[in-house]
Amino acid sequence: MGLKRGVSLSAGLRYKGPSGYLTYILHRIGGLGMAIFITVHLLASFIGGRTGGFFNGIYENWAFQIFIFFCVLFHAINGLRITILDLWPKLLDYQKEAIWLEWAVFIPLFGISVFVIMNSALGG
Amino acid sequence: MTTKRTLSIKQRGLTNFEAVMWIFTRLSALAIYGLILVGLIGALIMGARNQMNFADVMRWAFMPNVTHVQSTDLQDLNPWASPFWKLTASALLLVAVAHGVHGLVVIADDYIAGAGARKFIRFLSIVMMISMSGIGLYLIWTS
Ligand code: HEM
Repeated sequence: MGLKRGVSLSAGLRYKGPSGYLTYILHRIGGLGMAIFITVHLLASFIGGRTGGFFNGIYENWAFQIFIFFCVLFHAINGLRITILDLWPKLLDYQKEAIWLEWAVFIPLFGISVFVIMNSALGG
Repeated sequence: MTTKRTLSIKQRGLTNFEAVMWIFTRLSALAIYGLILVGLIGALIMGARNQMNFADVMRWAFMPNVTHVQSTDLQDLNPWASPFWKLTASALLLVAVAHGVHGLVVIADDYIAGAGARKFIRFLSIVMMISMSGIGLYLIWTS
């Protein structure tokens, strides 16, 4: 079984791949961010009251909204790139080009989102 | 090297649990895309005449639960609380929880190497998967 591989925690944390490392670590941060957010949000909504209200209040903050939008948008777009290349493995030869295309999609979409979030945060 | 990593899925085969979860992660990603698209199109159909801002539409698309549109200017919330949306929300919840919790195990495996600790992580992930699915379904169907 795949239960044993023998890599220490510090070695794991120091890992830095030769290429595609930035998308890999951002994908991980995005997935982790969403998983933590959804867990806390579900528990807070379930508990309700003042404690639940406190946690759910965090999500109205514009800084949090920008962070979670980054997580969702990057993870979704990068995840689509991974999925397409993995299901049609011949395309893996064009991984570099696919990553450039991915940034070309992500940057404008995230830029517009940040603009809209800040616009309503400042304008009320 | 390039020939090896571009082997088709058929040639590689789905030989063990990890391989099945590998393909599940990709297929569930596509399913999440589809369900978000359904929520987005539904919101545009149901709310076309009403005032709803960008954040409201996004919140609804990522989880089409009626509590997510309660703070908007929508006049009639009934269509947004229909069984169709509760079923769509439930499907999105179950798929996303399975995808997300398995993803957490993948991350944990990269940093935790001991066999006992990995077994414990798997136990924890099953507890988390069941409790999050249960709480989520409860919230969707009682809202
Ligand atoms: C449109 C939505 C989504 C897409 C397209 C997507 C796609 C993917 C893909 C393809 C992977 C595998 C990455 C790899 O093996 O290298 C992955 C991993 C993961 N996903 Fe998602 N996902 C989506 C939504 C979510 C959501 C909602 C959550 C949180 C609940 C989530 C949490 C994770 C986690 C924690 C991982 C593991 C990350 C890692 O191994 O570093 N994903 N996702």
